[in-house]
Amino acid sequence: MEDAALRQRAIEAASTVVDPEIPVLTIADLGVLRAVVVDGGRVRVDITPTYSGCPAMNMIAVEIDLALARAGIDGAEVRTVLSPAWTTDWMTEDGRRKLRDYGVAPPQKGQGRRALFGRDTVECPQCGSTDTTQLAEFGSTSCKALWRCETCREPFDYFKCH
Amino acid sequence: MAATTNIRVTETPLVLYALRRADDALVLGHRLSEWCGRGPALEEDMALANIGLDLLGQARSLYAYAAEVEAAGHDEDGYAYLREAPQYRNLLLAELPNGDFARTILRQFLYAAFADPYWRAMMRSTDPTLAAVAAKSEKETAYHLRHTAEWVIRLGDGTGESHRRIAQALDDLWPYTGEMFEADAAEHALVESGAALDPAAFRAEWERTVADVLSQATLAVPPSGWMQKGGRTGRHSEHLGHLLAEMQSVARAHPGATW
Repeated sequence: MEDAALRQRAIEAASTVVDPEIPVLTIADLGVLRAVVVDGGRVRVDITPTYSGCPAMNMIAVEIDLALARAGIDGAEVRTVLSPAWTTDWMTEDGRRKLRDYGVAPPQKGQGRRALFGRDTVECPQCGSTDTTQLAEFGSTSCKALWRCETCREPFDYFKCH
Repeated sequence: MAATTNIRVTETPLVLYALRRADDALVLGHRLSEWCGRGPALEEDMALANIGLDLLGQARSLYAYAAEVEAAGHDEDGYAYLREAPQYRNLLLAELPNGDFARTILRQFLYAAFADPYWRAMMRSTDPTLAAVAAKSEKETAYHLRHTAEWVIRLGDGTGESHRRIAQALDDLWPYTGEMFEADAAEHALVESGAALDPAAFRAEWERTVADVLSQATLAVPPSGWMQKGGRTGRHSEHLGHLLAEMQSVARAHPGATW
């Protein structure tokens, strides 16, 4: 197969892999899938971790290998790259919509994380109210915090800005 | 217990530099993991475990880089599991026992107040891998700093009991803060090349952050005085040996085991 056609097939296969913690998002939606390179018939997929210690990365690498094998591509290399560092700004609009539909408030774009004691305004993914309160800065995974809506009183996960 | 052999690390300046930062992150992250299931509230249990996980991730990136630079066939697990206390290069502050929640939070705050400006500045390191690790770590560390600073204020400016406990922690931990700003000749060579930064350059910003938060917490900044050191050259407190014995027990009982 031509390198260009092989690359296209590899991109399509790798793009179907989902985050095991947030199964409505693919690694392409998240911006975790950074590059697919084909050189002389060999495929290399670059992924980048959301957080340094994210335990989903090993699982994602295995899933990519399996997805490529199902597409008839064997012996691919999955490489973890740290630079440039992942940011929630890389999450696609489609990804943000899917996240909201799933009940997780998507990260705000370009929020100043430097404001040490500043507070984000977060919209409730259930009812859209912005009258929301943070319950805990750390949530069920590295990338989430726990919030509550004061209007509909439902708790919800917020995908932290990063 | 089956016999295991410690690895022998050839500590070139760059390998040593990476190992020192990796050991800080691993040992401090391990201490935080000891809180798992014991936090004062579920939210804080998860917060400490999450911060520990970030530190473990930072340690892994730095160990992987040390392995690449040393090129002696060692890997992350070898550095973590097959070195004994005198071979560890972490700050003494990182290995001190957790004590109560106030002491754990204060230790994390004192470290994050240094690590935050340090990692942010290291993003401009001439060493591309160290710069990449810094770019990941600085975002995580900023969050750790915010979280722990809020707790220091809440505990200091809280009840008589919470104030008494965090004031005691401040007295106990203060003599261990000076070591963060120490650098030896090996590090100065890396500073010359632009790969590393002199930690002393961050002292002023650290002092400002600490003074600001302690003042909001109604706590007095302790007078500067004699400081403990030795961790960077392998002279550790008795506590590190106990920590490693627990952390390494499975790896040493089953050498080379895989899942």
